[in-house]
Amino acid sequence: MYGKGRIIPALIIFLGLMTSPIWYKSGEASKMPKPEKPKDYTECVAPTQEMRTSHMVLLNEWRDDILREGGARTGKTPNGTEYIRSLQNGCMQCHSDKKKFCDACHNYTSVKPYCWDCHLQPKEAM
Amino acid sequence: MRILNPFIAVLALIAVGLVAAQVPGGQALIGIVLPYLAFALFLGGVAYRVMHWAKSPVPFRIPTTCGQANSLPWIKQNKIDCPSTRLGVIARMILEVFLFRSLFRNTKAEVHEGPKLVYGSSKFLWLFAILFHYSFLVIVLRHMRLFMEPIPGFVAALEFGDGFMQIGAPVFYQTNAIFLAAIAFLFLRRVMLSNIRYISLPADYFPLFLIFGIAVTGILMRYVFRADVVAIKQLTHGLTTFAPAIAAGQISPIFFIHVFLVCALLIYFPFSKLMHMAGVFMSPTRNMINNSRMVRHINPWNDPNIKPHSYAGYEDEFREFMKEGGIPVEKE
Repeated sequence: MYGKGRIIPALIIFLGLMTSPIWYKSGEASKMPKPEKPKDYTECVAPTQEMRTSHMVLLNEWRDDILREGGARTGKTPNGTEYIRSLQNGCMQCHSDKKKFCDACHNYTSVKPYCWDCHLQPKEAM
Repeated sequence: MRILNPFIAVLALIAVGLVAAQVPGGQALIGIVLPYLAFALFLGGVAYRVMHWAKSPVPFRIPTTCGQANSLPWIKQNKIDCPSTRLGVIARMILEVFLFRSLFRNTKAEVHEGPKLVYGSSKFLWLFAILFHYSFLVIVLRHMRLFMEPIPGFVAALEFGDGFMQIGAPVFYQTNAIFLAAIAFLFLRRVMLSNIRYISLPADYFPLFLIFGIAVTGILMRYVFRADVVAIKQLTHGLTTFAPAIAAGQISPIFFIHVFLVCALLIYFPFSKLMHMAGVFMSPTRNMINNSRMVRHINPWNDPNIKPHSYAGYEDEFREFMKEGGIPVEKE
């Protein structure tokens, strides 16, 4: 083998970079987020799995529907419970603690929604 | 056929991923076993290819030079295109690796009326190649959010810059669109230009289709079919900490198609032209100092028992025979 002095270190750097997520030690391995669920309510506006994957789409739909199309402020769950289609007055009514609910998963997956550029964060706002 | 076969191969891979995601045990196979296997093959394969290349001796300086060599003092040397120092080579390699300088020199030849052959500069290949590679890099680095915990700052910075336009939720990433456009260009270039189409092989089309498939499934997963990112991170971060777990029923099949295609790419990588990733550093035509006129390079495997034999010595040895044969000699 020729050029050992350069090729072997280069390969080691390559392998090190490629496997860096393995060496990158996190305080505790795979600590899953546990968003705090509201105590007084058992039902959300959509099934849990749908909310997990698509709540941001729902929020965007509400915004477009209410602000741009003049849609209704209230909606009904499949079970008939009425709710307010609003982030601050709807979602945050039950999920009142942003830090314990929203941020738990958002921080875990590095999602920084710009909801809070305009909307007030309950409790934290003051 | 050279286009259709690789296309069918990628469709088949998608179908396999889709089916395997529904079969019991298939999710663990695609989500856990295959990524480890593919990643090991990728790393091992790349290292093997590089070591194998390093076995080829390059005793003489064979750089492709594109400028004036170091010569007499009043002739201006092109220090980067024909480097005679180590520093020049380093500059040349940095420009090549980071800015694809040799693609920047790409030319096109056209026959005009006359007939007249005209050469011109053609920068589109360079432009889309650089967009493609840097978008790919940003996309790969953005994925580190799924493999690292806590998430390093550069990932958040990339996500912020990439989603700068704040379109939609989840936010639209510019690199996704640039990436797709660049692949589309690189594909259309091969199909539309008859001379490029003529030299294009299935091995050229297959990686394009495969990477396109990876990009499309990834975009669909983010914006259309919607996957549970927390469940996915549990799996992917589990892979890096060697404690993978699949949350049953929470991850949609599109994720497994995406992962399956990525694994296919990783496995295919060391066997393919994609090895230019390592090859760009290893090309003797680019990484050698052009100092043939300053340093005598001696072939290392020359047999030391074979002494140099000059013409004068040759004539001394065979003078009589040459004279007999009527061959002119320099010394009588």
